[in-house]
Amino acid sequence: MTESPSAGNGLLNRRRLLQMGSAVGVGAILSPVAAEEPWLRRPGAPSSDYGQPSHRAHLVRERVNAHPFGPAAGSSSTPLQSLNGTITPNSLHFERHHSGIPDIDPARHTLTIFGMVDRPLTFNYEALLRYPMQSRILFLECSGNSYQNTFPAAADMTAGELNGLISCAEWTGVPLHYLLEETGIQPASKWVIAEGADASSNNRSVPLSLATEEAMVAIYQNGEPLRGAQGYPMRLLVPGCEGNLSIKWLRSLKLMDQPAHTREETSKYTDLMADGIAQQFSLRMEVKSIITTPSGKMKLQEKGVYEISGLAWSGNGEIRTVEVSADGGNSWAEAEIQSGTGRLQPVRFRIPWRWNGQPATLQSRAIDTAGNTQPTREQALKGQSPLVAYHYNGIQSWQVEHTGRITNVYA
Amino acid sequence: MYTRSIAVLLVCWVCFAAAELSHDLEPSLGKPAPTDFESVVAPDGTGLPVGEGSVTGGKTLYATHCVACHGSEGTQPGNSLAGGRGTLNSTRPLKTVGSYWPYATTLFDYVNRAMPYGNEKSLSENEVYAITAYVLYLNDIIPADTRLTNHNLAAVVMPNRDGFRSAPDYQPVGGSLPNSEK
Repeated sequence: MTESPSAGNGLLNRRRLLQMGSAVGVGAILSPVAAEEPWLRRPGAPSSDYGQPSHRAHLVRERVNAHPFGPAAGSSSTPLQSLNGTITPNSLHFERHHSGIPDIDPARHTLTIFGMVDRPLTFNYEALLRYPMQSRILFLECSGNSYQNTFPAAADMTAGELNGLISCAEWTGVPLHYLLEETGIQPASKWVIAEGADASSNNRSVPLSLATEEAMVAIYQNGEPLRGAQGYPMRLLVPGCEGNLSIKWLRSLKLMDQPAHTREETSKYTDLMADGIAQQFSLRMEVKSIITTPSGKMKLQEKGVYEISGLAWSGNGEIRTVEVSADGGNSWAEAEIQSGTGRLQPVRFRIPWRWNGQPATLQSRAIDTAGNTQPTREQALKGQSPLVAYHYNGIQSWQVEHTGRITNVYA
Repeated sequence: MYTRSIAVLLVCWVCFAAAELSHDLEPSLGKPAPTDFESVVAPDGTGLPVGEGSVTGGKTLYATHCVACHGSEGTQPGNSLAGGRGTLNSTRPLKTVGSYWPYATTLFDYVNRAMPYGNEKSLSENEVYAITAYVLYLNDIIPADTRLTNHNLAAVVMPNRDGFRSAPDYQPVGGSLPNSEK
Protein backbone atom coordinates (compact mmCIF):
# COMPACT_ATOMS: atom_id res chain seq x y z
CA MET A 1 0.00 0.00 0.00
CA THR A 2 1.33 3.41 -0.88
CA GLU A 3 0.75 6.51 1.19
CA SER A 4 -1.04 9.44 -0.32
CA PRO A 5 0.81 12.67 0.39
CA SER A 6 -1.24 15.85 0.68
CA ALA A 7 1.71 18.25 0.97
CA GLY A 8 5.48 18.20 1.40
CA ASN A 9 7.57 16.59 4.12
CA GLY A 10 5.13 13.89 5.12
CA LEU A 11 1.66 15.43 5.31
CA LEU A 12 -0.87 12.74 4.44
CA ASN A 13 -4.39 12.29 3.27
CA ARG A 14 -6.59 11.42 6.23
CA ARG A 15 -8.57 8.68 4.53
CA ARG A 16 -5.38 6.86 3.65
CA LEU A 17 -4.20 7.01 7.23
CA LEU A 18 -7.27 5.15 8.42
CA GLN A 19 -6.66 2.42 5.86
CA MET A 20 -3.01 2.15 6.83
CA GLY A 21 -3.95 1.92 10.47
CA SER A 22 -5.86 -1.29 9.86
CA ALA A 23 -2.95 -2.74 7.93
CA VAL A 24 -0.06 -1.88 10.22
CA GLY A 25 -1.90 -2.30 13.52
CA VAL A 26 -1.12 -6.01 13.65
CA GLY A 27 2.60 -5.31 13.76
CA ALA A 28 2.66 -4.07 17.34
CA ILE A 29 1.85 -6.38 20.21
CA LEU A 30 0.90 -4.89 23.57
CA SER A 31 0.95 -7.02 26.66
CA PRO A 32 -2.53 -7.46 28.15
CA VAL A 33 -3.12 -5.79 31.50
CA ALA A 34 -1.75 -8.08 34.17
CA ALA A 35 -4.31 -9.39 36.65
CA GLU A 36 -2.22 -8.26 39.61
CA GLU A 37 -2.81 -4.57 38.82
CA PRO A 38 -4.42 -3.19 42.02
CA TRP A 39 -7.33 -1.54 40.21
CA LEU A 40 -8.40 -4.99 39.00
CA ARG A 41 -8.49 -6.43 42.51
CA ARG A 42 -9.89 -3.83 44.93
CA PRO A 43 -12.75 -1.29 44.86
CA GLY A 44 -11.77 2.18 43.81
CA ALA A 45 -12.66 5.51 45.40
CA PRO A 46 -16.29 6.27 46.28
CA SER A 47 -18.37 8.90 44.51
CA SER A 48 -17.68 12.50 45.43
CA ASP A 49 -19.54 15.77 45.84
CA TYR A 50 -17.59 17.45 43.11
CA GLY A 51 -15.33 15.55 40.72
CA GLN A 52 -11.66 16.05 40.15
CA PRO A 53 -9.55 15.16 37.14
CA SER A 54 -7.49 11.99 37.34
CA HIS A 55 -4.40 12.74 39.37
CA ARG A 56 -2.51 10.85 36.67
CA ALA A 57 -3.51 13.34 33.97
CA HIS A 58 -1.22 16.11 35.28
CA LEU A 59 -3.47 18.93 34.22
CA VAL A 60 -2.20 22.28 35.41
CA ARG A 61 -2.54 25.81 34.17
CA GLU A 62 0.65 27.31 32.89
CA ARG A 63 2.54 30.54 33.25
CA VAL A 64 0.74 31.36 36.44
CA ASN A 65 2.11 34.88 36.49
CA ALA A 66 1.84 37.30 39.36
CA HIS A 67 2.46 40.95 38.70
CA PRO A 68 5.75 41.89 40.38
CA PHE A 69 3.94 44.52 42.44
CA GLY A 70 0.90 42.45 43.39
CA PRO A 71 0.28 38.71 43.34
CA ALA A 72 -3.47 39.09 42.79
CA ALA A 73 -2.90 41.02 39.57
CA GLY A 74 -1.77 38.32 37.22
CA SER A 75 -2.72 35.62 34.76
CA SER A 76 -2.63 31.92 34.05
CA SER A 77 -3.00 30.13 30.75
CA THR A 78 -4.75 27.04 29.44
CA PRO A 79 -2.44 24.03 28.85
CA LEU A 80 -3.49 23.67 25.22
CA GLN A 81 -1.10 20.80 24.53
CA SER A 82 -2.76 18.64 27.22
CA LEU A 83 -6.31 19.06 25.89
CA ASN A 84 -8.25 17.92 22.86
CA GLY A 85 -11.58 18.82 21.31
CA THR A 86 -12.62 22.45 21.63
CA ILE A 87 -14.15 22.95 25.09
CA THR A 88 -11.85 24.10 27.89
CA PRO A 89 -12.60 22.51 31.27
CA ASN A 90 -13.69 25.21 33.68
CA SER A 91 -10.77 24.52 35.99
CA LEU A 92 -8.34 25.21 33.14
CA HIS A 93 -9.90 28.31 31.57
CA PHE A 94 -7.29 31.05 31.32
CA GLU A 95 -7.40 33.76 33.96
CA ARG A 96 -6.46 37.41 34.04
CA HIS A 97 -7.26 39.42 37.11
CA HIS A 98 -6.42 43.00 37.99
CA SER A 99 -7.03 42.74 41.70
CA GLY A 100 -7.64 39.09 42.42
CA ILE A 101 -10.78 36.96 42.46
CA PRO A 102 -13.48 38.57 44.60
CA ASP A 103 -15.66 36.38 46.83
CA ILE A 104 -19.05 37.86 45.95
CA ASP A 105 -22.28 36.92 47.71
CA PRO A 106 -24.85 36.82 44.89
CA ALA A 107 -27.58 37.88 47.33
CA ARG A 108 -25.68 41.17 47.81
CA HIS A 109 -24.73 41.71 44.18
CA THR A 110 -26.73 43.75 41.69
CA LEU A 111 -26.44 44.91 38.09
CA THR A 112 -27.42 48.55 37.49
CA ILE A 113 -28.09 49.92 34.01
CA PHE A 114 -28.20 53.72 33.88
CA GLY A 115 -27.02 56.77 31.95
CA MET A 116 -28.72 57.50 28.63
CA VAL A 117 -31.65 55.19 29.21
CA ASP A 118 -35.34 55.92 29.68
CA ARG A 119 -35.62 53.95 32.93
CA PRO A 120 -32.47 53.34 35.02
CA LEU A 121 -32.91 49.87 36.50
CA THR A 122 -31.23 47.55 38.94
CA PHE A 123 -31.41 43.76 38.61
CA ASN A 124 -30.51 41.23 41.24
CA TYR A 125 -29.18 37.74 40.62
CA GLU A 126 -32.44 35.93 41.31
CA ALA A 127 -34.26 38.22 38.90
CA LEU A 128 -31.78 37.57 36.09
CA LEU A 129 -32.26 33.82 36.49
CA ARG A 130 -35.87 34.28 35.35
CA TYR A 131 -35.00 35.92 32.02
CA PRO A 132 -34.89 34.02 28.73
CA MET A 133 -31.38 32.62 28.34
CA GLN A 134 -29.15 31.69 25.47
CA SER A 135 -26.34 29.09 25.31
CA ARG A 136 -23.47 29.55 22.91
CA ILE A 137 -20.11 27.84 22.43
CA LEU A 138 -17.64 30.71 22.10
CA PHE A 139 -13.94 31.31 22.28
CA LEU A 140 -12.56 33.92 24.64
CA GLU A 141 -9.07 35.22 23.94
CA CYS A 142 -6.99 37.73 25.85
CA SER A 143 -5.73 40.54 23.68
CA GLY A 144 -2.25 39.78 25.00
CA ASN A 145 -2.30 36.13 23.95
CA SER A 146 0.91 34.95 22.24
CA TYR A 147 2.69 38.18 23.14
CA GLN A 148 5.97 36.32 23.66
CA ASN A 149 6.05 35.65 19.93
CA THR A 150 6.34 39.38 19.28
CA PHE A 151 9.68 39.43 21.11
CA PRO A 152 12.94 39.46 19.11
CA ALA A 153 13.99 35.92 20.15
CA ALA A 154 11.67 32.89 20.06
CA ALA A 155 11.01 31.59 23.58
CA ASP A 156 11.30 27.83 24.17
CA MET A 157 7.83 27.25 25.59
CA THR A 158 4.86 24.93 25.33
CA ALA A 159 1.79 25.72 23.24
CA GLY A 160 -0.06 26.69 26.41
CA GLU A 161 2.71 28.84 27.83
CA LEU A 162 2.91 30.74 24.55
CA ASN A 163 -0.68 30.77 23.37
CA GLY A 164 -2.86 29.63 26.28
CA LEU A 165 -4.68 32.90 26.88
CA ILE A 166 -7.43 31.41 24.67
CA SER A 167 -10.16 29.19 26.04
CA CYS A 168 -13.57 28.03 24.95
CA ALA A 169 -16.75 27.33 26.87
CA GLU A 170 -20.45 26.95 26.42
CA TRP A 171 -21.65 30.20 27.96
CA THR A 172 -25.25 30.58 29.10
CA GLY A 173 -26.81 33.85 30.06
CA VAL A 174 -29.31 36.61 29.40
CA PRO A 175 -28.91 38.36 26.04
CA LEU A 176 -28.12 41.93 27.00
CA HIS A 177 -30.64 43.37 24.56
CA TYR A 178 -33.49 42.04 26.74
CA LEU A 179 -32.30 44.19 29.63
CA LEU A 180 -31.61 47.20 27.41
CA GLU A 181 -35.11 46.95 25.94
CA GLU A 182 -36.43 47.11 29.48
CA THR A 183 -34.44 50.24 30.36
CA GLY A 184 -34.95 51.79 26.95
CA ILE A 185 -32.04 53.25 24.99
CA GLN A 186 -31.96 56.98 24.35
CA PRO A 187 -31.12 57.92 20.74
CA ALA A 188 -27.87 59.74 21.63
CA SER A 189 -26.48 56.65 23.33
CA LYS A 190 -23.54 55.12 21.45
CA TRP A 191 -21.39 53.37 24.07
CA VAL A 192 -21.95 51.19 27.12
CA ILE A 193 -19.43 51.52 29.94
CA ALA A 194 -19.21 48.21 31.82
CA GLU A 195 -17.79 47.99 35.33
CA GLY A 196 -16.86 45.01 37.49
CA ALA A 197 -17.33 44.52 41.22
CA ASP A 198 -13.77 43.41 41.98
CA ALA A 199 -11.44 45.65 43.97
CA SER A 200 -10.04 47.15 40.74
CA SER A 201 -13.59 47.89 39.51
CA ASN A 202 -12.25 47.14 36.05
CA ASN A 203 -14.11 49.12 33.39
CA ARG A 204 -14.36 49.19 29.61
CA SER A 205 -16.35 51.02 26.96
CA VAL A 206 -18.32 48.72 24.66
CA PRO A 207 -19.79 50.06 21.41
CA LEU A 208 -23.59 49.98 21.68
CA SER A 209 -23.80 47.94 18.50
CA LEU A 210 -21.78 45.13 20.10
CA ALA A 211 -23.79 45.37 23.31
CA THR A 212 -27.15 45.02 21.57
CA GLU A 213 -26.22 42.49 18.87
CA GLU A 214 -24.45 39.61 20.58
CA ALA A 215 -23.44 40.49 24.14
CA MET A 216 -24.89 38.56 27.05
CA VAL A 217 -24.82 38.67 30.81
CA ALA A 218 -23.30 35.23 31.30
CA ILE A 219 -24.31 33.27 34.38
CA TYR A 220 -23.28 29.70 33.52
CA GLN A 221 -20.06 28.29 32.08
CA ASN A 222 -20.09 24.75 30.65
CA GLY A 223 -23.31 24.07 32.48
CA GLU A 224 -22.38 25.19 35.99
CA PRO A 225 -22.52 28.62 37.60
CA LEU A 226 -19.55 30.76 36.59
CA ARG A 227 -16.33 30.04 38.39
CA GLY A 228 -15.19 32.82 40.69
CA ALA A 229 -12.23 33.42 38.41
CA GLN A 230 -14.62 33.91 35.49
CA GLY A 231 -16.90 36.43 37.12
CA TYR A 232 -19.28 34.71 39.53
CA PRO A 233 -22.10 35.54 39.88
CA MET A 234 -22.29 37.26 36.47
CA ARG A 235 -20.06 38.62 33.76
CA LEU A 236 -20.43 40.51 30.55
CA LEU A 237 -19.58 38.43 27.49
CA VAL A 238 -18.88 40.23 24.21
CA PRO A 239 -18.38 37.37 21.73
CA GLY A 240 -15.43 37.53 19.35
CA CYS A 241 -13.83 40.50 21.08
CA GLU A 242 -10.73 40.87 23.22
CA GLY A 243 -11.28 39.21 26.58
CA ASN A 244 -10.76 42.37 28.60
CA LEU A 245 -14.02 43.74 27.15
CA SER A 246 -16.02 40.93 28.79
CA ILE A 247 -16.04 42.53 32.23
CA LYS A 248 -16.18 39.97 35.03
CA TRP A 249 -18.25 40.38 38.22
CA LEU A 250 -20.44 42.76 36.19
CA ARG A 251 -21.93 45.45 38.42
CA SER A 252 -23.00 48.32 36.19
CA LEU A 253 -23.57 49.41 32.61
CA LYS A 254 -23.67 53.13 31.86
CA LEU A 255 -24.96 54.21 28.46
CA MET A 256 -23.15 57.24 27.10
CA ASP A 257 -22.68 59.20 23.87
CA GLN A 258 -18.91 58.72 24.06
CA PRO A 259 -16.45 56.10 25.26
CA ALA A 260 -15.06 56.73 28.74
CA HIS A 261 -11.46 56.19 27.55
CA THR A 262 -10.76 54.11 30.63
CA ARG A 263 -7.24 53.14 31.62
CA GLU A 264 -7.73 49.68 30.09
CA GLU A 265 -8.63 51.12 26.66
CA THR A 266 -5.97 53.86 26.55
CA SER A 267 -2.91 52.99 28.60
CA LYS A 268 -3.42 49.27 27.94
CA TYR A 269 -4.86 47.18 25.10
CA THR A 270 -4.02 49.80 22.46
CA ASP A 271 -1.71 49.06 19.56
CA LEU A 272 1.19 51.49 19.32
CA MET A 273 2.49 51.69 15.77
CA ALA A 274 6.06 52.43 14.69
CA ASP A 275 5.13 56.03 13.81
CA GLY A 276 4.14 56.70 17.43
CA ILE A 277 0.37 56.72 16.80
CA ALA A 278 -1.68 54.12 18.68
CA GLN A 279 -4.71 52.31 17.35
CA GLN A 280 -7.55 52.21 19.86
CA PHE A 281 -10.64 49.98 20.07
CA SER A 282 -9.16 47.11 18.03
CA LEU A 283 -11.84 45.01 19.62
CA ARG A 284 -12.39 42.01 17.34
CA MET A 285 -9.85 39.22 17.68
CA GLU A 286 -8.55 38.35 14.24
CA VAL A 287 -8.32 34.93 12.59
CA LYS A 288 -5.79 32.62 14.26
CA SER A 289 -4.77 29.00 14.65
CA ILE A 290 -2.33 27.06 16.80
CA ILE A 291 -1.04 23.51 16.38
CA THR A 292 -1.41 22.08 19.87
CA THR A 293 0.10 18.67 19.14
CA PRO A 294 2.86 18.00 18.33
CA SER A 295 4.01 21.26 19.87
CA GLY A 296 6.63 23.06 21.89
CA LYS A 297 8.76 21.10 24.38
CA MET A 298 7.26 17.77 23.31
CA LYS A 299 9.55 15.04 22.00
CA LEU A 300 8.65 12.60 19.25
CA GLN A 301 9.95 9.22 20.37
CA GLU A 302 10.21 7.52 16.98
CA LYS A 303 9.65 7.95 13.28
CA GLY A 304 6.18 7.21 12.04
CA VAL A 305 2.69 8.56 11.64
CA TYR A 306 1.41 11.25 13.99
CA GLU A 307 -1.75 13.31 13.97
CA ILE A 308 -1.15 17.05 13.77
CA SER A 309 -4.00 18.73 15.60
CA GLY A 310 -4.88 22.17 16.81
CA LEU A 311 -7.39 24.95 17.37
CA ALA A 312 -8.55 27.74 15.06
CA TRP A 313 -10.90 30.65 15.68
CA SER A 314 -11.84 34.08 14.38
CA GLY A 315 -13.63 37.07 15.86
CA ASN A 316 -14.95 37.83 12.40
CA GLY A 317 -17.22 34.81 12.09
CA GLU A 318 -16.51 31.16 11.40
CA ILE A 319 -13.40 29.26 10.37
CA ARG A 320 -13.68 28.21 6.75
CA THR A 321 -10.38 26.41 6.20
CA VAL A 322 -7.26 25.45 8.11
CA GLU A 323 -4.12 24.58 6.19
CA VAL A 324 -1.07 22.85 7.61
CA SER A 325 2.53 22.85 6.43
CA ALA A 326 5.34 20.52 7.50
CA ASP A 327 8.02 22.26 5.46
CA GLY A 328 7.98 25.79 6.85
CA GLY A 329 5.28 27.09 4.55
CA ASN A 330 6.61 25.83 1.20
CA SER A 331 3.58 23.60 0.72
CA TRP A 332 0.23 23.41 2.46
CA ALA A 333 -2.48 20.78 2.86
CA GLU A 334 -6.02 21.33 4.01
CA ALA A 335 -6.71 19.85 7.43
CA GLU A 336 -9.94 18.19 8.41
CA ILE A 337 -12.28 20.19 10.61
CA GLN A 338 -14.28 17.72 12.69
CA SER A 339 -16.00 19.81 15.31
CA GLY A 340 -19.14 21.69 14.53
CA THR A 341 -18.59 25.12 13.15
CA GLY A 342 -20.60 28.06 14.33
CA ARG A 343 -20.26 31.79 14.57
CA LEU A 344 -17.36 32.69 16.91
CA GLN A 345 -16.94 29.04 17.81
CA PRO A 346 -13.42 27.60 17.70
CA VAL A 347 -12.76 24.48 15.64
CA ARG A 348 -10.49 21.49 16.12
CA PHE A 349 -8.45 20.64 13.03
CA ARG A 350 -6.53 17.43 12.30
CA ILE A 351 -4.26 16.03 9.62
CA PRO A 352 -2.02 12.93 9.58
CA TRP A 353 1.72 13.33 9.13
CA ARG A 354 4.54 10.86 8.71
CA TRP A 355 7.71 12.01 10.42
CA ASN A 356 10.74 10.67 8.62
CA GLY A 357 13.19 11.54 11.39
CA GLN A 358 14.45 14.65 9.61
CA PRO A 359 13.95 18.26 10.75
CA ALA A 360 10.51 19.64 9.99
CA THR A 361 8.78 22.96 10.57
CA LEU A 362 5.09 22.59 11.42
CA GLN A 363 2.73 25.50 10.83
CA SER A 364 -0.99 26.09 10.54
CA ARG A 365 -2.88 28.97 9.00
CA ALA A 366 -6.59 29.60 9.26
CA ILE A 367 -8.93 31.35 6.86
CA ASP A 368 -12.25 32.71 8.13
CA THR A 369 -15.61 33.14 6.46
CA ALA A 370 -14.95 36.87 6.13
CA GLY A 371 -12.06 35.96 3.83
CA ASN A 372 -9.24 36.85 6.24
CA THR A 373 -6.13 34.66 6.13
CA GLN A 374 -3.95 34.33 9.22
CA PRO A 375 -0.78 36.34 8.55
CA THR A 376 2.82 35.27 8.90
CA ARG A 377 4.69 36.62 11.91
CA GLU A 378 6.39 39.17 9.68
CA GLN A 379 3.09 40.34 8.23
CA ALA A 380 1.45 40.52 11.66
CA LEU A 381 4.19 42.73 13.10
CA LYS A 382 4.50 45.02 10.09
CA GLY A 383 4.21 48.68 11.03
CA GLN A 384 3.93 47.99 14.75
CA SER A 385 6.09 49.52 17.41
CA PRO A 386 8.57 47.15 19.04
CA LEU A 387 7.58 45.95 22.51
CA VAL A 388 3.89 46.17 21.67
CA ALA A 389 2.25 42.85 22.24
CA TYR A 390 -1.51 43.06 21.84
CA HIS A 391 -3.70 41.42 19.16
CA TYR A 392 -0.90 39.26 17.75
CA ASN A 393 -2.22 36.54 15.43
CA GLY A 394 0.84 35.51 13.40
CA ILE A 395 1.41 31.92 12.28
CA GLN A 396 2.95 29.74 15.02
CA SER A 397 5.93 27.65 13.89
CA TRP A 398 7.14 24.52 15.67
CA GLN A 399 10.56 23.14 14.71
CA VAL A 400 10.96 19.36 14.98
CA GLU A 401 14.65 18.54 15.41
CA HIS A 402 16.15 15.27 14.19
CA THR A 403 16.12 14.16 17.83
CA GLY A 404 12.36 14.60 17.92
CA ARG A 405 12.56 17.59 20.29
CA ILE A 406 10.15 20.38 19.33
CA THR A 407 10.82 24.06 19.85
CA ASN A 408 9.14 27.38 19.12
CA VAL A 409 10.83 29.11 16.18
CA TYR A 410 10.30 32.10 13.95
CA ALA A 411 10.08 30.77 10.39
CA MET B 1 -55.95 45.98 -4.04
CA TYR B 2 -57.84 43.61 -1.84
CA THR B 3 -54.88 41.21 -1.82
CA ARG B 4 -52.54 44.01 -0.83
CA SER B 5 -54.77 45.00 2.07
CA ILE B 6 -54.78 41.47 3.29
CA ALA B 7 -51.01 41.41 3.06
CA VAL B 8 -50.69 44.66 5.00
CA LEU B 9 -53.08 43.37 7.62
CA LEU B 10 -51.12 40.15 7.83
CA VAL B 11 -47.81 42.01 8.27
CA CYS B 12 -49.35 44.17 11.00
CA TRP B 13 -50.70 41.13 12.76
CA VAL B 14 -47.29 39.41 12.61
CA CYS B 15 -45.57 42.53 14.00
CA PHE B 16 -48.14 42.83 16.74
CA ALA B 17 -47.86 39.16 17.60
CA ALA B 18 -44.07 39.36 17.71
CA ALA B 19 -44.21 42.38 20.01
CA GLU B 20 -46.67 40.61 22.27
CA LEU B 21 -44.51 37.50 22.28
CA SER B 22 -41.38 39.47 23.12
CA HIS B 23 -43.20 41.28 25.89
CA ASP B 24 -44.56 38.05 27.29
CA LEU B 25 -41.17 36.38 27.38
CA GLU B 26 -39.42 39.10 29.34
CA PRO B 27 -40.34 39.18 33.01
CA SER B 28 -39.48 42.91 33.49
CA LEU B 29 -37.93 42.48 36.92
CA GLY B 30 -35.68 45.56 36.99
CA LYS B 31 -36.19 47.87 39.95
CA PRO B 32 -35.67 51.66 39.76
CA ALA B 33 -31.94 52.33 40.13
CA PRO B 34 -30.59 54.70 42.79
CA THR B 35 -30.62 58.21 41.36
CA ASP B 36 -27.12 58.97 42.63
CA PHE B 37 -25.52 55.90 41.07
CA GLU B 38 -22.27 56.83 39.34
CA SER B 39 -19.53 54.65 37.99
CA VAL B 40 -17.13 56.38 35.63
CA VAL B 41 -15.45 59.66 34.81
CA ALA B 42 -15.48 60.53 31.10
CA PRO B 43 -13.17 62.86 29.15
CA ASP B 44 -15.74 65.69 29.16
CA GLY B 45 -15.78 65.58 32.98
CA THR B 46 -19.04 63.71 33.25
CA GLY B 47 -19.03 61.72 36.49
CA LEU B 48 -16.43 63.84 38.31
CA PRO B 49 -17.37 64.25 41.96
CA VAL B 50 -17.29 67.69 43.55
CA GLY B 51 -13.87 68.18 45.09
CA GLU B 52 -10.39 69.60 44.79
CA GLY B 53 -6.78 68.83 45.54
CA SER B 54 -3.40 70.50 45.21
CA VAL B 55 -0.05 69.36 43.86
CA THR B 56 1.55 69.96 47.26
CA GLY B 57 -1.12 67.97 49.05
CA GLY B 58 -0.74 65.25 46.45
CA LYS B 59 2.99 65.04 47.06
CA THR B 60 2.42 64.05 50.68
CA LEU B 61 -0.29 61.55 49.80
CA TYR B 62 1.85 60.09 47.02
CA ALA B 63 4.69 59.47 49.47
CA THR B 64 2.30 57.51 51.66
CA HIS B 65 0.21 55.57 49.15
CA CYS B 66 2.05 55.37 45.83
CA VAL B 67 5.80 55.55 46.22
CA ALA B 68 6.33 51.88 47.12
CA CYS B 69 5.28 50.68 43.66
CA HIS B 70 5.87 53.75 41.48
CA GLY B 71 9.06 55.28 42.92
CA SER B 72 9.57 58.76 44.33
CA GLU B 73 9.61 60.39 40.89
CA GLY B 74 7.08 58.04 39.30
CA THR B 75 9.78 56.35 37.25
CA GLN B 76 9.87 52.87 38.82
CA PRO B 77 10.66 50.49 35.93
CA GLY B 78 7.64 48.38 35.04
CA ASN B 79 5.31 50.78 36.83
CA SER B 80 6.31 54.10 35.33
CA LEU B 81 3.95 57.03 35.69
CA ALA B 82 6.27 59.73 34.39
CA GLY B 83 8.88 60.25 31.70
CA GLY B 84 9.05 58.76 28.22
CA ARG B 85 7.98 61.87 26.35
CA GLY B 86 9.10 61.67 22.73
CA THR B 87 9.84 57.94 22.83
CA LEU B 88 6.64 56.58 21.28
CA ASN B 89 8.04 56.41 17.74
CA SER B 90 11.41 55.08 18.89
CA THR B 91 12.60 51.50 19.18
CA ARG B 92 12.17 51.69 22.96
CA PRO B 93 8.85 53.41 23.59
CA LEU B 94 8.04 54.19 27.22
CA LYS B 95 4.32 54.51 27.82
CA THR B 96 3.48 56.64 30.87
CA VAL B 97 0.70 58.98 31.97
CA GLY B 98 2.71 61.85 30.50
CA SER B 99 3.91 60.23 27.29
CA TYR B 100 0.87 58.16 26.37
CA TRP B 101 -2.40 58.74 28.23
CA PRO B 102 -4.73 60.93 26.15
CA TYR B 103 -7.01 62.22 28.95
CA ALA B 104 -6.37 63.44 32.50
CA THR B 105 -9.87 62.26 33.47
CA THR B 106 -8.68 58.68 32.96
CA LEU B 107 -6.04 59.17 35.64
CA PHE B 108 -8.66 60.38 38.13
CA ASP B 109 -11.03 57.55 37.21
CA TYR B 110 -8.37 54.88 37.59
CA VAL B 111 -6.89 56.10 40.87
CA ASN B 112 -10.38 56.56 42.24
CA ARG B 113 -11.46 52.99 41.45
CA ALA B 114 -8.32 50.88 41.56
CA MET B 115 -5.63 52.55 43.64
CA PRO B 116 -3.78 52.15 45.87
CA TYR B 117 -3.35 48.49 45.02
CA GLY B 118 -4.27 46.42 48.08
CA ASN B 119 -6.33 49.19 49.66
CA GLU B 120 -8.60 50.21 46.81
CA LYS B 121 -11.20 52.96 47.32
CA SER B 122 -9.60 54.05 50.60
CA LEU B 123 -8.84 57.56 49.33
CA SER B 124 -11.31 60.42 49.67
CA GLU B 125 -12.36 62.26 46.54
CA ASN B 126 -10.24 65.27 47.50
CA GLU B 127 -7.26 62.97 47.98
CA VAL B 128 -7.80 61.51 44.50
CA TYR B 129 -7.80 65.04 43.05
CA ALA B 130 -4.55 65.77 44.90
CA ILE B 131 -2.78 62.60 43.77
CA THR B 132 -3.99 63.18 40.21
CA ALA B 133 -2.55 66.69 40.40
CA TYR B 134 0.79 65.45 41.68
CA VAL B 135 1.15 62.79 38.95
CA LEU B 136 0.34 65.41 36.31
CA TYR B 137 2.92 67.70 37.93
CA LEU B 138 5.54 64.91 37.84
CA ASN B 139 4.96 64.86 34.09
CA ASP B 140 5.35 68.66 33.72
CA ILE B 141 1.74 68.93 32.56
CA ILE B 142 0.54 71.32 35.27
CA PRO B 143 2.56 73.78 37.43
CA ALA B 144 3.31 73.21 41.11
CA ASP B 145 0.72 75.71 42.35
CA THR B 146 -2.24 74.08 40.60
CA ARG B 147 -5.43 73.23 42.47
CA LEU B 148 -7.25 70.56 40.52
CA THR B 149 -11.05 70.59 40.80
CA ASN B 150 -14.10 69.07 39.19
CA HIS B 151 -14.28 72.28 37.14
CA ASN B 152 -10.79 72.30 35.62
CA LEU B 153 -9.64 68.67 35.44
CA ALA B 154 -11.33 67.88 32.13
CA ALA B 155 -9.67 70.92 30.54
CA VAL B 156 -6.14 69.66 31.18
CA VAL B 157 -4.60 68.96 27.76
CA MET B 158 -2.47 65.84 27.79
CA PRO B 159 0.67 65.78 25.60
CA ASN B 160 -0.47 62.70 23.65
CA ARG B 161 -4.09 63.86 23.28
CA ASP B 162 -3.97 63.38 19.51
CA GLY B 163 -1.84 60.24 19.56
CA PHE B 164 -4.68 57.77 19.05
CA ARG B 165 -6.82 56.69 16.15
CA SER B 166 -9.78 54.40 16.47
CA ALA B 167 -10.33 51.16 14.66
CA PRO B 168 -12.64 51.96 11.72
CA ASP B 169 -15.64 50.11 13.12
CA TYR B 170 -15.73 51.92 16.44
CA GLN B 171 -15.20 55.65 15.97
CA PRO B 172 -16.05 57.54 19.14
CA VAL B 173 -18.34 60.50 18.72
CA GLY B 174 -16.07 63.55 18.63
CA GLY B 175 -16.48 67.28 18.87
CA SER B 176 -17.96 67.64 22.33
CA LEU B 177 -14.78 67.39 24.33
CA PRO B 178 -13.58 70.55 26.06
CA ASN B 179 -9.97 70.00 25.03
CA SER B 180 -10.55 68.87 21.48
CA GLU B 181 -10.13 72.35 19.95
CA LYS B 182 -6.39 72.09 20.47
